[in-house]
Formats: sequence, structure tokens, C-alpha cells
Amino acid sequence: MSHLPVLIPVTLLFSAFIILLGGFLKRDLAFMIALIGGSLSFVFSALGLWAVISGGGLRYHLGGWVPPVGIEYALDALSAFMSTVVTLVGTLVLLYSRRSILQEVPERFVPMYALAMLLLAGLTGIIVTADLFNLFVFLEIASLSAYALMAVGDERAPVASFRYLILGSIAGSFYVLGVGFLYFSTGSLNMADVAQRLPNLYGSRAIVAAATLIFIALGLKMALFPLHLWLPDAYSYAPSAVTGLIAPIMTKVAAYAVIRMFLTVFQPHYLLDVLPLMPVIGWFAAAGIFYGSIMAIAQTDFRRMLAYSSISQIAYIGLGIGLANPMGLIGALLHILNHAFMKACLFLVAGNIRFRTGQWEVSRLAGLGRKMPWTMAAFTVSALSMIGIPPAAGFFSKWYLLLGSVDAGNWIFVATILLSSLLTAVYFFRVLEQVYMRHSQEETVPVNAADPPASMLFPTVLLGAGVLVLGLSNNLIVSSILDVVVMSLK
Amino acid sequence: MDSLIVDYNYLMTASLLVIGLYGMVGKRNLLKKVIGLNIFQTAIFLFFIQGATKPGATVPVWDVRISGEAAGYINPLPHVLILTAIVVSVATTGVALALLMTIYRRYRTLEEGTLLERMKQSP
Repeated sequence: MSHLPVLIPVTLLFSAFIILLGGFLKRDLAFMIALIGGSLSFVFSALGLWAVISGGGLRYHLGGWVPPVGIEYALDALSAFMSTVVTLVGTLVLLYSRRSILQEVPERFVPMYALAMLLLAGLTGIIVTADLFNLFVFLEIASLSAYALMAVGDERAPVASFRYLILGSIAGSFYVLGVGFLYFSTGSLNMADVAQRLPNLYGSRAIVAAATLIFIALGLKMALFPLHLWLPDAYSYAPSAVTGLIAPIMTKVAAYAVIRMFLTVFQPHYLLDVLPLMPVIGWFAAAGIFYGSIMAIAQTDFRRMLAYSSISQIAYIGLGIGLANPMGLIGALLHILNHAFMKACLFLVAGNIRFRTGQWEVSRLAGLGRKMPWTMAAFTVSALSMIGIPPAAGFFSKWYLLLGSVDAGNWIFVATILLSSLLTAVYFFRVLEQVYMRHSQEETVPVNAADPPASMLFPTVLLGAGVLVLGLSNNLIVSSILDVVVMSLK
Repeated sequence: MDSLIVDYNYLMTASLLVIGLYGMVGKRNLLKKVIGLNIFQTAIFLFFIQGATKPGATVPVWDVRISGEAAGYINPLPHVLILTAIVVSVATTGVALALLMTIYRRYRTLEEGTLLERMKQSP
């Protein structure tokens, strides 16, 4: 039981290497190993979550060295929740990916799975580690595999990936620089230990520099407006399965790191009263919500529209974090979970459309509602959830964000959330109208367009159904997990 | 003026950071951007290494004359951290160069302006 925190990333890391060996023998072995590795780490995460709910946190000391000297991995309510979300969504997308990769980039089949597992290992590592420098290493593992995965796309993918690499590396470097300031001021890298030593140093300018650098870095990784520039191209040119894997979870993990820095390392008191960075994040997020929605309306390409909608949705999470009150943070965390499901489902729908028709222009989706009924049913549920119509999950996270804004007495945020729901409705109803109301012209949609094979359809529909289940069970999630996370804010 | 002479190490770090940032943002050639990135990261390595030194301290290997006195040794931890960071930086440069090779094979240029033009021409 006490080994659970370390088992989650190590299983994924280990399977990344076996995949290369297994894939050498037989190509499909790579897919099988990836699926087993992903499912195992999901089981470990779920066991960890259960252990946390029933009996408090789990801590693991790497190599038996006691912190603050050694590196510590920890599962508390926040990290167990995040790692369960990431491994669950990641595994479902892995299940989906086989046919999609076979069609789009068959010659890269084995290395793609090795990279995907490295990516998941990096992301879960960021979640479970309780060491500031270790977080940097995992951040770079995840980012480097993401650059490589995104570069295997169409013609323009390497250019988009290179831009992301430059911006991502600046973010990584800023983060290490910030950690350097923290280390030279406090003499420790363990998150809890640093937090304990910080209050004596609240007046120090080095801590101001550290906090600013770290939050700029994580904001860039999170694609929080105005640091989102890498995102639209990177998402639109990558293979469908890769976007399906990266879009729902990678920016969320950066958001998690922001919450971790806020709650565990710098402590709410510092970031709200001494150096008010949290309100700054909140206002940028409010601007990002509008920017993302308006840009999404302007897009004619379905996948680009989803990419801009991601910028807008990640800004909702930023808004909740920026509110920094219990309701706002619950909203942000719930939105991390809900948006992971919705966005995964939407990008898998986009993948299904490409698999059958080879195109993404919104104007050419006419009549697909009848030809791909299950795919489009999943799309409809997720789209309604994105807009925020109950009982779909998206409604509840927005509801908590609204309550948080009201608690903070910030009526501009309230107006932002409500107005942007309307904007979201505009760009999704435009697609829904094409899909269900318009009749297809024979030359635009191939006649044989139909739902994709079961291995692709099952994860899509499961995620769509998950959106409804999450919506109906949101009360349980909030009361048993998220309330514990925000306890320290009350 | 005194602080400039005493803290010249920070000044060097800061100027390397600025040069690196200029290389990444200001230069139009993609390869020069990678060089800028490397300068930027090296500045951070130097920042960590200079932070580890103490006046009059020696290498962190057990010495009978100093024995357990921590102030007699320089701090080894930043060195170890930077060893890891250098590995990360090498890997990043490797991925960046691989991407540049792919870009060059497709578009026959690494100049940003020309590249954008050619990207528009071929859908």
C-alpha cells in the first residue's frame, strides 16, 4: 500500500521501455503493453484514491531517504484525484488510438506508444512528486515526449512543434530559475519543508522573484491567456490520437501544479495578501475566457475551433484558481475533471470524423448526424456539457465557479461566466446545426461515412456517457474528495 | 557601485539570460533560436553553480582536516541538480535539432520569413 505513490509513474515509465522491446518482436504487442501499463497505473491511482478517502494521505520516500534530504512522493486528496483522472482518460484514449494511428501514421506505430507512455509517466510524476526539482524533471519528460508526439503530424506539424518547444523550454527554464531562488533562500527542495521555512522570508525579494517566475512558467505550460500562443497550431496539426491524448490532460496537469504551488508551497496567505498573484491570474483568465470563445467562433476548421475552446475552458480553471476561495477552487478542480472528459470526447469525435471522411471543415460536416449516429450522440452530449446545460457535467463546475465569484463579490466574473456560456453555445450550435439540420451534398461527404470500428467508438461513447455520469454524481465527488482539498482555505 | 563589484556573478547571469532570450525571440533563423535557448539554459546552470560556492571552502569530498564541518565544503546539491538539468537541456537540444532537420527537408529553409511563405503556398 505504501508503495502506491511511486508505482503510478514507474509502471508507465517501465512500460515505455518494454514497448520498444515488445514492438520489435510484434507490432501489436506495443499496443497491448501500453494498454496494460495504462490500466495498471489507473488501478494504482484508484486504489490510492480509495486509501486517501478512507484513511488519509500516503507518503513514499524514494530510496529510503527521509525528507527533506530525500525525494518524497505523496498521494493526498488532490494528487490522488488528479492522477486518477489523468490515468483514466489517458487509458481510454490509448484504447482508441490503435486504429487511428494505423490509418494516419502506421510507420511510427511502436515509437508513438513508447512516447505516449513517457508522456503519461511525466504527467503522473508531476502529480505525485512532493519535491520541487523532481517536478521540473517530470515536467521536461512530459514536454519532450509531447513535442515529439506532436511533430508526427501533417506537413506543418514540425514547425508548430518547434514553436512549442522554444516556448515550453523557456517555461521550463523559468521554473528552474524560480526553484533556484527558492532553494538558495530556504535551503530545501521538499515542498512541505519549503512551505514551513517560507513565512520567515515573506519580506524577501528573492521569494517574489521565485513566485513570479514559477507562475509565469506554469501559466505558459497551462496555456493561460496571454501565454497560449503555442496551443492552436500544436493541437491542429498533430495526429488525431495525439491531440486526443494531450489536449484533455496536459494543460490540466499544469493547472494542478499551479494549485499545488498555491496550496502547498507558497500558501494562500502569501499569494493573496503579501504578493497578490492569484487575483492577477483570475483577471487574465477572465480575459482568456472571452478571447478563446470569440476566436473559436471565428474558426471554420472543427479541430481549430476545439483548440480555441480549450484556451477558453482552461481559463475557466484559471478563474477558479484566481478566485482562491473554497467554492472557486472546487469549481476549478471539478472543471479539470469534467473538461478532461468533454475535451477527450470531442477530440475523439474529431478523430472519428477524420477517420471516415478525412476532413474537418465545419461546413462539410452536413448530414453526418444520420451517418454517424453514435459518434454524433457523444458529440451532442459533450457539446451541451461545454455550454453548461444540466444534467451534463459542465453545468456543475460552472455553477461552483459562479458561487465562488458571488462569494468573492466579483460581479464581473459572474457576468464573464454567463456571457461566455452564450458564446460557447454559438460555436457549438453552429456545428450541431450542420450535423443534424443540413442535408449532405454528395460531393462533400463520402457516401460510405459511418460510425468508426468498435475499438474507436467504444471510448468515444464511454467518455460521452461519462460526462452524464459525472454530472449526476458531482455531489458525491465534491463531498468526498474536493471538500477535503479545499479544507485549508476555509 | 560596490554591489556591482561584489555581485558581478549575478550581473553575468542576468546578461546571459537576456542574450539568450534575445536569441530566441529576436532572431529570425530557427537554428539561432536553438543557440539562444542553449545560452539561456547555460545562464541558469551558472546561476546554480555560483550559488553553491562559499568563501574558503573546498570540494565536497571527506577531508580529515575539516572533518564534519559543513562550512568547510562547498554545497554539492546544486551541482547534482545541474547535472540533471544539463541532461534535460541536451535532450531538448536533440529534439529541437531533429525537428529542424524535418523542417529543412520539407521546406528547404530555416529562415522564419521564407518558411512562413512556403507554408502558405503548400497547403
